Parts: sequence; structure tokens; C-alpha cells
Amino acid sequence: MSDTAEETAAEQTPAEEPKEEYKQKIGAYICTGCDIGDSLDIEALEKAAAARKAEVVKTHEFLCSHEGVEMINSDINNEGVNTMVIAACSMRVNTDAFSWDPLHYITERVNLREQVVWTHEPNNENTQMMAEDQLRIGLARAAKTSRLEPAVTDLTRSVLVVGGGVTGLNTALESVAAGYDVILVEKEGQLGGWAARMRKVLPTTPPFTDIGPSDVSNKIEAVNASDRINVLLNAEITSTEGEPGQYKVTVSSNGSEETLDVGAIVLAAGWRPYEAEKLEHLGYGRIGSVVTNTQMEEIVAANDGRIVRPDGKTAKKVAFLQCAGQRDAEHLPYCSSVCCLTSLKQAVYVTESDKDAEAYIIYKDMRTPGLYESFYEAAQNNPGVMLTKGEVVSIEESGDGGVAVTIDNTMLGEKVVFEADMLVLAAGMVTNMLPEGKIVNDLTPDYVGEWKETETQDGIIKEVIADPHILKLKYRQGPEMPYLSYGFPDSHFVCFPYETRRTGIYAAGTVRAPMTSMQSEADAGGAALKAIQCLELAAQGKSVHPRVGDMTFPEINYTNCTQCRRCTVECPFGTLDEDEKGTPKTNTYRCRRCGVCMGACPQKIISFKDYSVPMIADAMKSVNVPEEDDKPRIICLICENDAYPSLDIAGINRLQLNPFYRFINLRCLGGTNLVWIADSLSAGVEGIMLIGCKHGDDYQCHFIKGSEMCSERLGKVQETLSRLMLEAERVKQVQLSINEWDQLPQMLDDFAEELKGFGPNPFKGF
Amino acid sequence: MADKDVIVVGGGISGTTAAVEAAEAGLEAVIVEKNPYLGGRVSQLFRYFPKLCPPYCGLEINFRRIRNNPKVSYHTQAVVESVSGAAGDFKVSIRKNPRYVNEKCTSCGECVKVCPVERDNEYNFGLDKTRAIYLPHELAFPMRYVIDMSVCKGSACAECVKVCKYGAIDLEMQPETVEVSAGNVVYATGWNPYDASKIENLNADTIPNVVTNMVMERMAAPNGPTKGAIVRPSDGKEVKKIAFAQCAGSRDRNNLEYCSAVCCMASLKQATYIREKYPEDAEATIFYIDLRAPGKYEDFLRKLQEDEKVTMRKGKVAKIEEDSATGDVIVTLEDVFGSGKVEERFDMVVLATGMEPAAVSDKPASAVLEKNGFIDAGASADGIHAAGVARRPSDVAESVQGATGAALKCMQTVREVSNV
Repeated sequence: MSDTAEETAAEQTPAEEPKEEYKQKIGAYICTGCDIGDSLDIEALEKAAAARKAEVVKTHEFLCSHEGVEMINSDINNEGVNTMVIAACSMRVNTDAFSWDPLHYITERVNLREQVVWTHEPNNENTQMMAEDQLRIGLARAAKTSRLEPAVTDLTRSVLVVGGGVTGLNTALESVAAGYDVILVEKEGQLGGWAARMRKVLPTTPPFTDIGPSDVSNKIEAVNASDRINVLLNAEITSTEGEPGQYKVTVSSNGSEETLDVGAIVLAAGWRPYEAEKLEHLGYGRIGSVVTNTQMEEIVAANDGRIVRPDGKTAKKVAFLQCAGQRDAEHLPYCSSVCCLTSLKQAVYVTESDKDAEAYIIYKDMRTPGLYESFYEAAQNNPGVMLTKGEVVSIEESGDGGVAVTIDNTMLGEKVVFEADMLVLAAGMVTNMLPEGKIVNDLTPDYVGEWKETETQDGIIKEVIADPHILKLKYRQGPEMPYLSYGFPDSHFVCFPYETRRTGIYAAGTVRAPMTSMQSEADAGGAALKAIQCLELAAQGKSVHPRVGDMTFPEINYTNCTQCRRCTVECPFGTLDEDEKGTPKTNTYRCRRCGVCMGACPQKIISFKDYSVPMIADAMKSVNVPEEDDKPRIICLICENDAYPSLDIAGINRLQLNPFYRFINLRCLGGTNLVWIADSLSAGVEGIMLIGCKHGDDYQCHFIKGSEMCSERLGKVQETLSRLMLEAERVKQVQLSINEWDQLPQMLDDFAEELKGFGPNPFKGF
Repeated sequence: MADKDVIVVGGGISGTTAAVEAAEAGLEAVIVEKNPYLGGRVSQLFRYFPKLCPPYCGLEINFRRIRNNPKVSYHTQAVVESVSGAAGDFKVSIRKNPRYVNEKCTSCGECVKVCPVERDNEYNFGLDKTRAIYLPHELAFPMRYVIDMSVCKGSACAECVKVCKYGAIDLEMQPETVEVSAGNVVYATGWNPYDASKIENLNADTIPNVVTNMVMERMAAPNGPTKGAIVRPSDGKEVKKIAFAQCAGSRDRNNLEYCSAVCCMASLKQATYIREKYPEDAEATIFYIDLRAPGKYEDFLRKLQEDEKVTMRKGKVAKIEEDSATGDVIVTLEDVFGSGKVEERFDMVVLATGMEPAAVSDKPASAVLEKNGFIDAGASADGIHAAGVARRPSDVAESVQGATGAALKCMQTVREVSNV
């Protein structure tokens, strides 16, 4: 903790340790500052708290002040209060003031400021009722929270690196330098990957103008010299079982098989060239002097820098065709990011091979982002390199085994024919996550595999039976890291590029996205840090991103499990495995604590110490439902990541919100259990709104599929509601981005208006 | 032993990432941020490409990671004045400028109601005003007011002091200098928008309806000066015909020699802003040299190419002029396809101005800069690292990767030092 910083998340540490025998004692602390005291009947609030098991109820005009916090500390020390319900401002502010050691104390925040008094009419009956309900919700949550018992165990603190190319070598060396042992698995008989086969590589340091020899051989030497790196060559993983800190990885290498204890995994399996055979329209296979960029590397490496055509003749005039089979819906729809730079480098090979040699680069867009612009500029200043924008019309064989490329849409405004001794196709990169023969734009969702129909309790389910390929995970959900598009095992996050759906396994380098060696090296460092961090947090029983530090985990009451498999199917992180009967088995260290399993379970048997189906059910029940028709009650389940802050901002802007909503925040809407819907509607609330993150291809859900899972589940709520003779439209999920708070007033009013149309809930008053 | 394992200079997306990633791996980290809030440049953006999601979604998570982790602390309105010593034990002198509002501030907002002085809001590039006491923006972290003393009347007024129930305002607050020792220094000082007025022919500073891409972000944002309306600065007219001039200052020997790496994607993204606002009739034209949408970003480019109301034209903008009668902007293009010069009229023109490393003006004490002003960590002393755009032009995802890698480098230094 800093003695200099202006703010830290310092925990308050009262003098006395709590007693051995644990009994919950709730204190409710109501702040009357920031308009709360001026807008509400505080005495009535105090009574409401006392009526709901709060043994100590106090108010303070400035609760977050030193004096206010000391008042609470005094109750902790002298009255034995161990559960503090803070009815004040948003949980997003004053976190440092209201923070007690989570291993000993329970803290629940009730947002009276932003979400009640700042967004509703002061000293109004409806606002008062809302405040009391929100306080009761907080008390109900606190009462259903048990003390933490973190899962702490001895872990293996080593990193398995899959792939021995630039990314893998760097991951290994970086991890060792940080103090961790490494097992490096490479499928080939030698380390170094593509870089080891290149004559020269792109510049990686300023001024980014000149190509030079790769330093990969130094890296290989360092890896081989390290006594902390176990290198396995000609190696293939035959299975990966377990969870972070406790993986058992079986590797077959040079004919023998061994099972290794592994802590975390970095997948650096790299890339392979796109199948050039498919580029016949660009002359490949049809014209002998048409080669790919990877072949060009082999040619210069094998001939000491001379450019020798497949027919043995020396090429002096070499054309390069960019985006060959790339940015092309028929082949690779994406851009491989490095081919412009590679062709510029290979153009230098050409000009270095002979003083009269010439290179022609035909491009759509030269993509040399960032400081690599200097490299592009160096090529433009190279008299032997010509660059022209254009689109290919035809590629034909010309005299003496050469090639004639006709291009259109040039900068000259007319068709041009280039004659060259040789044509290099700047073909793209395919992730090695895809088995040979798989087509990037025609893949089964999430995993490579085959569609299969399976009969389950819920009827016939169509799912992908995935093929094991590299990691061969023994996970219920699939044997590899899932992908979003084109086979890249990428979570598609902007802010959190190491977000992974397989906790403890991080993809880095070109297996994850096309990138240069310089980017791969940087990526290796990031992935190594995440792998190490996962181990260190797991060792303390703590979750990784995004609920970093959360020490709860799902606990399953197996006696009531019906083996329906919903939890194992829906977990976004593959935490739960199942036995042959379908009984779920938790793997605590894979868990990210989102609660999707809890929401999925129709038997309500999955709980966390501070988050459970009965807890939220109790919170809902604690909302008073008056009989008057002009006081409808609408339960609003909100995602605490985006919807909750969005409501706060509505408060800061003093937007006025409909007073009939009661907010209950969830870790993620994915935790929504359908039993809550039926329970609260049969208790007379008019409707339920769920505000969650956007889902779909550009999902914003921090648990990847949580809000989507919720929406799928709600699709089935119709059945429940028709049994209750209620309209399905009484339940509505909306998607809201964090910065769309301005839409909240309308959004809430509109739904309240829709509900009016159905008339009062017939269960009201029962 | 040093007070901290890591000092991160800069609290934008890269700096906060470096600090929280290091702290979650067990290191003690402190962020030194010059603004009164964390979040940096990205906090000013309306949306990120390619997901079109709000930057605050991720920032909010990072702020939560900071709030909940005792191993991360931060200073705002603070700058590093000097760095001495060596890896494992740098002595860093930090100047903390006064906020004039202390930690008792509850952000209730009563002070603003009585403040009589207005100031230009630099968060919105001067397009609107705040009071002298202000909250930088609604999502600001820390959620605390600040006083701009360059306009505040001080104790002669003190209306805010009188109205604050919490004793949070201290008009006599003085700057202070704190000395912190640290194992590593990570420079995540980020970037400033390139000063478009330096670019000849584009008349960025004289034509009101020529704006920069950063101004466009603020205009599109619901908490921006126009509350999300994309309208002309000159007359408030809805912008239905917009042009984007790429490489405004970038890839230009007279300005920024490098490519800023994000402006093509940024303009494509901004084209979606206007297409979403006025789906029926808004038209966007992007004038470019090369469209740079690497990797899977190509999918985003393709989606825009499929929109018939979005036109992409290769060619460098030669001249931008105003039709003073209408306020329209006339763009002259050097058309590369042989048809000579072409003129076209727009409601508004957005200059895709590049990113200039903040190090050009900040002149970091202990880092080696390459010729453009980016930090060359490899050439700098051990224990000195760089992340984000301070290191090289990069988008958010790449900045975050680099920042995470920088956290590992810090861990390595700490280990080496403790082994000695």
C-alpha cells in the first residue's frame, strides 16, 4: 500500500479479529448526505431495516467520512457487527472507505443516492417506497451471504508453451526470466519455426529501414542452454486434462509418451501458408515461374541470396502480386497483415541479388502501418523497386518461361501488362488451429468438427462434435480453444486481448491473428504474463479477469442434480465437466465466477457463498407489492458491469426515472434463473425487465455469452408464463451499452406502459 | 527495497492496463496521471472499432480492478519531474498539482450550482463550457470535482466553499512533490492529436466546418458538446454529406513521417456514426492513399464497402476551402486515376489527423526516443519500459498487449534485483 498515493483500495482493519464461532450480525448504516436525508423519510427507512434482521441500525450525515467509517468500525469492534449493509451511494464510489477484509466481513452496498434519490422525485411516496424496497433487497442479499472459504491448494507453477517458433521461444525465455519453469513442445524436429528458415527478417528496431539476419538462432541457443526449459521435439500432445495449476498434459515425443504436471498453457502454434494450389487463377501450378512468398524465402535461403526460378534459371525481373487469395471471399476473406512488408523485404532480396535486378509490386493498398512506413519509404527510394496499384485481369505464361501480368485500375487509368521472369504470390496465413484441408470461411461454429444430432431431456439438440487437433483438451465443451471467425482462437475483445474462454490457456502470436514477428514477440510477453498471473491468482483461490480476486466458486448440491447437463453446456468457460451420466464436476480454477451455471440450473442447486438462486429470490420477495393499481412493481435485473454504471450516470445527470422499478444487480444476466421469473410474477409484480450487455458477433458481455444465454433461456419462459396464464411480454430483456444511459428514462417508461396494456397481474394480492 | 515495483507514467488504457496486470501478478504499482482523471485519450472516444462498443465498458472494468486491488494506487494531476537511479531502485520525483478539492468530495454537485465562472471544456476540445469547478465527465475516475485555478476567482469568491457541506474544497491547496522509489518505470504517456493547423492547404483552423477526427468522436458521444448530434459547428445544420481526409499530417515528410496506424479504421468507424444517425440519406466519402485495415479488420472495411452511401476514393486531398455563403466545404482532390483535379462539396470535412507521441512535448526524463518521438525501450536503460502509443502507433488491442508484456518485464526486473 502506498503512503504517497492519494487513493488506494486500502481495507479498513478494525482492531479485533472476529470470534471463532461465527454468527451473522447485520448492521445497517444509512447515509443522509448527498440529498438522501433531504429526499427521504430516514426514520421510516431505519424502521424498515430493523424489521428485516438488521440488529444495529444507524444513520450518519457523511458516512464515507473518517467519522462515519469509524462509527461502523466501532460497531464491528464493540457490537460484533460482521455484516455491513451500507445504504448510501453507488458501489462504484467510496470503495476504499467501505471496504473490510472479505475473509472476515460481508459488505453489501445499497445504492440510495444515484439510483434512488438522484433519479426520482424527492419526498414523494413512490420514491420512499423504492428506497425501502432497495434497502430490503440489500438486507436480503446480506442475510443470504455466507463467509468466504477460499479454495487454496498447492499448484504447479510451470508454463507449457505449445510451439517453438518466434512466439513460443519468446514466451519460454520471458517466462523463465520471470522465474517460472517451462515445458516447450514443438511438433517439428527443430526449434525456430518460419523465422529460422528466412534469409533475413524485417527490422524490429528504429529506424525500421533495413532488413537483417534473424536473431532466432540466439533465442534457440538460449532456450537449449536454459536448465529451466524442458524442450520436447517431434512432440505431439495426446491429451490435456485438469485446470490451471493442475493440468496433466500427456505428450508423445520421439516415440515415448510422458504425462507432465503443468500450471498454465500458452498456445503458440503459429501459422501455415494458404494452399497455393487453390490459386490456379493467379498462375500457380499453371505457370512454372509463379511461386508463393514462402517459396521465395526457401529459394533465396537455398541459393545464398540468388533468385532462382523453379526451372533453374535466374530471375532478374520479379513481380509480386499482393493479396493473392486474400481479402477475397473465395479464399481468405481477411488480410494477413504482413504480406506487404514481406514483399517489400523480398523486393530487397531481388535488388540485392543483382545490381540490374528489378522488383515490381502490384498492390491494392500498401499496408505498412505505424513505424513500418519508414520501411515502405526505403523501398520507394530503392531504384530497383517499382510499386503500382492495380487489380489483376489476367496472368499468362510469356516467352522464356516468364509470366505476363495484366492489371487494370492502375494509377495511369489504363490497362498495363507487366512482363517478369517470375511472379511471387503474396499468399496469406492460416492459423495452425485449423487442421489441413479446412476452409477458413466454411467452419462449424466455435470448433472444427461435424454437426451431430443428440437426443436429450430437452429433445433433439444439434451440436458440433469437435475434432481434437492440438491441445486435445478433455473438456466437456470441446477439445480446443474456441474461435469466433476464420479459426483464430481469439476472444475478439478490444480492451482485453488475452481474454480467453479457457482460463489458464492463452493464445499468442500468429495462431491468434496474423501479425509480424515484432508483434509476435510482444504478444509472447503478454501471454506469458497472463499465464503467470493466472497461476498466482489461482494459488490464492482467486478468480482471474474480469472478477479479479473473487474468492467464491460454484458449489453444487448433488443430491438434487437431475443430470440435465444445462450447466455444463452453458458455462462460457468450460469450467464444468460431466461424467457419463451427466453429473457435473467443477474445476474451480477454470471458473470465472459469472454465475451462468447458477442461472442454467433448473434445480437451483448451484450456489456461491455470496450469490445464489435463493438469495436473489429472497431479494425479489423483499419487494413490497401494494394492492393499488397505480403502484405497479417491476423487477429490473441489471448487469453490474454495464447497466449498473449506466444507471449511475443517469443519476449523476439527474435524469428522472420511472419510480416503479426495483433494481437487483447480477454479476451477469447469464446468472438469471427462470425460477425467479415465475416466483416474482406469481407474487404479483407486473413485469420483469432485464438490462444486459449487447450480444451477438460484436458482443459486449464480459462473460462472452452470458447475456446471450439469458436471452435464450427467456425464449423458453413462455411455457412457464402460459402455465400461470400470463403474457410472455411481461418479461423483457434489453441490451444497453454503458454509454447509453440517456436511453434509460424512455426505456423504463415504455416497458411500464406496455405492462399497463396487459392490465394488473391477477396474482396481485394473493 | 523500493517503495513500489512499478511506476507507470500515464493512466490511459495502456497505463492502467500495465498497472493492473502487474498488480494482479503480485507487484506493487502506482500510476502517475497528468489529467484529473484516469482513462486518457480513449475515454474521449465514442466507440471503438471494430466492435463499435463504448470504451468506457472496458475502462470501467479496469477502474474496478484498481478500486478492488490494494496493490494499485494512483496520483492524478501529477507529473514525473525526474528519474534517477537504476533498475530495481529508481528514485522518481512526482509533482502533484493541486486539485483544490480533497478526498472528502462526494461528487454531489452542489458546488457547480453556485460557481459563477465559466471555462472552455478541453475534454470536448473547447466546444462547450464548464464551470471553474467541474467534474471532468460523468464516468470520471476518480469521481471527484476539480477546480481550474486559472479561471477561478479564489478566496474572493469562495461560493463553492460556502456551499460544500463536506469541507471538500480547499482553495489554498499547494502543489507538492513526492519522492517514490520504484523497481521499474513504464512510460505509457500516450499521444496528442497532431496539430492540424500545421498542415498547409487543409485550413483546419480557419474553416469552422473542418474538424478533426477527435472532435468528431466528441460530437458523436452522448456526453459530448452536442449530446451526440452530428451537426455543423458553423450553423448547427445536420451533417448529411461528409468527407474524411485520410493521412492528414501522417505519412507526410513535412508533418508526421510515419503512419498513425489507426486513422483508416477510425474514419471507417466514424462513417458508421453518420450512417447510423441519418440512415436514409447521409453520405460519406473517404479520401485515402491506402486503406489500412489489417487482419480481421478487413471484415469491417468490407461491411462499409457494401454500403452504397459510403464511397472510398483513392487520392490525396490537395486543398480544402470554404464556400462562405453556405458554410459548405469544398475539397479538391488530386485524382490519381488520371482525370486530373476533382472538386466536391460537403457539409463537413473530418481530418483524419494522426497521433503524435506525447513524449515529443513531455520529454520523459529517462527514456530514449527514436526520431519521431516514440520511446525506444530497447535503447533505454534497464528497467525503463514503454507501452501503448508511447512505444509505437498502435490500436487499443495492440497497446493492451504491449502493456501486458511491459508488466512481465517489470516482474523480471524485480526478480533479478531480489536475486542479487
